[in-house]
Amino acid sequence: MRYSGFQVIKQALSGHKGWTPAWRDPEPQPHYDIIIIGGGGHGLATAYYLAKEFGGKRIAVLEKGWIGGGNVGRNTTIIRSNYLLDGNEPFYEFSLKLWEGLEQDFNYNAMISQRGILNLIHTDAQRDAFIRRGNAMLLNGADAEMLTTAQIKKRYPYLNTEDARFPIKGGLAQHRGGTVRHDAVAWGYARGADSRGVDIIQNCEVTGFKIENGTVLGVETSRGFIGAGKVGCAVAGSSSRLMSKANMRLPMESHVLQAFVSEGLKPVMAGVVTFGAGHFYCSQSDKGGLVFGGDLDGYNSYAQRGNLPVLEDVCEGGMAIFPAFGRARLLRMWGGVMDMSMDGSPIIDKTHIDGLYFNGGWCYGGFKATPASGFCFAHLLAKDAPHPFATDYRFDRFEKGRMIDEKGVGNQPNLH
Amino acid sequence: MIIDHPLLGPRDSSEFTYLGDAKLIERPDPDAETATRDFYEYAYLRDNPAGWHEELWFHEAGDRSWLVVTRNTLTHEISKVEMARDVARGKGRSK
Repeated sequence: MRYSGFQVIKQALSGHKGWTPAWRDPEPQPHYDIIIIGGGGHGLATAYYLAKEFGGKRIAVLEKGWIGGGNVGRNTTIIRSNYLLDGNEPFYEFSLKLWEGLEQDFNYNAMISQRGILNLIHTDAQRDAFIRRGNAMLLNGADAEMLTTAQIKKRYPYLNTEDARFPIKGGLAQHRGGTVRHDAVAWGYARGADSRGVDIIQNCEVTGFKIENGTVLGVETSRGFIGAGKVGCAVAGSSSRLMSKANMRLPMESHVLQAFVSEGLKPVMAGVVTFGAGHFYCSQSDKGGLVFGGDLDGYNSYAQRGNLPVLEDVCEGGMAIFPAFGRARLLRMWGGVMDMSMDGSPIIDKTHIDGLYFNGGWCYGGFKATPASGFCFAHLLAKDAPHPFATDYRFDRFEKGRMIDEKGVGNQPNLH
Repeated sequence: MIIDHPLLGPRDSSEFTYLGDAKLIERPDPDAETATRDFYEYAYLRDNPAGWHEELWFHEAGDRSWLVVTRNTLTHEISKVEMARDVARGKGRSK
């Protein structure tokens, strides 16, 4: 069924009895051409673009729990392409362009809202760095604008620009950045993939790989063996756990990242704002809650929950720039498990095992990358060659000294 | 999280900074034939287990000692805390 305004009216007149499930619940077949492990944003996007752009194959997505139950449903929903380095910026700008056409493309309302993102500047050195970053963005076809404090005040009059310790000296804005209804991204991709013949198999945990003579032949699952020509892994957060079943050690640690939502308020935040002197960022959801976050907890964790010192640190950052928000009460907080890679950038690559492909290491920037990650991983799976925008996301970049380290902090995953 | 420091008793984990897997104590032999590969694996690859994990914590806001903390990454429960120097000496390092 194609969703449209006409459908809404038609279904309303017939008592909403004609809506059908957005995707099927198929039994696993004995063999597929391509199996994607992980029914999150990246896995579902991969299946969608495989079926739509590189078609003609039998594809399945295997998900341990229910689709969209991992990080695609646990993030702070921000999209942007304000990166500096050549290995990253073209990829993230490609992603932002895909976001811009996504709802029409997969016929689903993902509530994509280009309300803009603003990175605040507090020092002269930071201004120089942000001008450089803005120029890198412009050179790669993205939009970027340096704003003065007066321009920022117009949009956020309650910002504490005169703080004695961290006065706000301006900001780098990307007006095409914004927020998305994150769950709808998973559902939209799932529905789009399913309608193109992809089997989305939930409650199907992969327990091992069948590998013979260096070639993957399929996966062992909680619902039996499923053969495959190629297997693509997209299980961010659990990447090390999954790939250890193929005897691989990855250049990453799993860390917990917390996010927070306040009670619902009337519209107060026009877009996304990030603090430049500590780690705090904030936007307002369409329901009215202030959605904010900051640093990782900083220790290896698979617990999907964090501790209070980070909450204190994040709220201190928030209070430094938005003192008025101190009156808002915290409604919810939660944690997600991140693949923190050794240089802060992801991997989309083949493994040393024939037919086994890997997509992960997204650190805490994976949500905005969802469309491009799916597109580039689909390209790799279908053509055995990296997509031109993802050529630097290689496994061997650490061994070869070709790291993509935006923050320049080296092989310390909890600092990226 | 509370880390039960062997010398100072229970301390809040916010007094510490975290380095990572305690296997970092076992630096590879730079003269070995395989040193290039060994140091790549040492610097960049991790086991990253879900469950018990021995890890290095530095008591930055305290006595500035390094500890080896055995902690469960699924529950954050801590079962053992040792001085890293004792662990290193037990492995024949820093005699």
